Amino acid sequence: MIVAQIKPLPEIAEGLEPHGKTLIVGCGGCTSICLAGGQPEVDQLCLELEQLFKEKGLNKTFEGYVVERGCDPDFIQELDILAAEFEAFLCVGCGAGAQLIAEQFPEKPVYPGVNTQFLGVNREVGWYEEKCRSCGDCQLAYTGCICPVTRCAKSIFNGPCGGTQREGRCELDAETPCAWVDIFNRLKTQQRVENIERIRQPTAWQNQKQGQLVHEAYRDRYTKKD
Amino acid sequence: MKTPSRLEKLLEAGHFVVTGELGPPKGNNVAAVKKKAALLRGYVDAVNITDNQTAVVRMSSIATAVVAQQQGLEPVMQMVCRDRNRIAMQSDIIGAAALGIPNVLCLSGDHQQFGNQAHSKNVFDIDSIQLVGAMRRLRDENKLLDSDEKLDGPVKMFIGAAANPFAEPFEFRPYRLKKKVEAGADFIQTQCVFDLEIFEQWLSKARDLGLTERCHILAGVIPLKSGRMAKYMAEHVPGVIMPEAIVKRMVDAPKGKGGIEGVKICCELIDALKEMKGLSGVHIMAIEWEKKVPKIVEKANLFPRPAID
Repeated sequence: MIVAQIKPLPEIAEGLEPHGKTLIVGCGGCTSICLAGGQPEVDQLCLELEQLFKEKGLNKTFEGYVVERGCDPDFIQELDILAAEFEAFLCVGCGAGAQLIAEQFPEKPVYPGVNTQFLGVNREVGWYEEKCRSCGDCQLAYTGCICPVTRCAKSIFNGPCGGTQREGRCELDAETPCAWVDIFNRLKTQQRVENIERIRQPTAWQNQKQGQLVHEAYRDRYTKKD
Repeated sequence: MKTPSRLEKLLEAGHFVVTGELGPPKGNNVAAVKKKAALLRGYVDAVNITDNQTAVVRMSSIATAVVAQQQGLEPVMQMVCRDRNRIAMQSDIIGAAALGIPNVLCLSGDHQQFGNQAHSKNVFDIDSIQLVGAMRRLRDENKLLDSDEKLDGPVKMFIGAAANPFAEPFEFRPYRLKKKVEAGADFIQTQCVFDLEIFEQWLSKARDLGLTERCHILAGVIPLKSGRMAKYMAEHVPGVIMPEAIVKRMVDAPKGKGGIEGVKICCELIDALKEMKGLSGVHIMAIEWEKKVPKIVEKANLFPRPAID
């Protein structure tokens, strides 16, 4: 899932201050799961922002609405009937969702209410860990399914570097495990260490411009015909 | 010879070489570079010019290398993968070759969080092994990565890389060395050696893999200045293993005499390293202590350095 974290309230308020009635849009997908942009967070933000502005002597109204999936125009369209009465939007879905709302309502300002952090997993309740940088050229097959791009602080493809500390920790600090020590150990368990004895050649980076992908089955639909 | 490097000539002639290290200043103080160069001249066969080590911004390695060269030292220009993408790296290598810099050392580079630009974005477009490969392609095929076009002029550089026998997974380290050799490393400079037993195990495996026949290995040594430095390095410097006995000798040294003990330990280590089969030299990293290098080289019976054109 996409993991996000609510921005500090003063930062959110700074953006919204010039505007009147604001709709806080949550998302029932990823940011609900990571407790940043679901119904409870939207409700709480409405209360907290109203209170914050009240303390500044400003009477502002906030309302909330949670779409099922903020990254899908079919769901964002639900906002059409609500939009007229609001001056601005605060999106607590991920950054992708915020931009889709902005495309839908180009005449209204949309503010991000969260910092979109990474693509990751639930470690435990309320504890998330990055697992994938969406590099577009998955390396997991030869690294024992441990991502060197995400987990190695230097994203190196022929690790480990010389900075590995005692007990297989990264040079960053004694808490961070060295991705390449973990890769070695896992491959050793699977008797596949030869995977990393071969040189990986320089990567053809795939994520250096905005990604666009049309599923093969839909090529015809989106290909312009003369 | 593959290159005009004097270091290459010495190594190919079978000499036990001595390289040193010169850290560029935190500013454009050319006099500081000249001063360090004067201390090292005649006592080392080549000198590594560090590339923003510990991610602290300093005079560039390429500029410092040129100054060192003007002062009569042969530079080994270090280049880290942290700060440049493959465009900048290849361009700087070509530029360095144009300026007559004959050696390069390819490194990953310390993470930027340790330096004075902690909020910077690192690059790591290619890693150190891939950089070694790019260097070999530049030199032997005279081509850039991903391009079949011949360059306008040869890029003849002696290619170095680093190795750390003292970092986990110990078992894999000789194989990582093998990757560097296969990528095209002509010489290897190791992390500083304090633990001779671990080093010999690593070197022995390198010999078994035939690597000491395919590249020249220089063991890194660092003269310790004080008990405090020994303790700090033993406990806090990633990738360093220091036996308790060495820390104790340094801590027990009389006040103000730690440096004498440190130089003594360094020379003892060099003596032991000289006896190891498959080792081609030592790399003395006297960090901000260049003035001790002549003494170490003399005491370790490595002076005078061989004369060769």
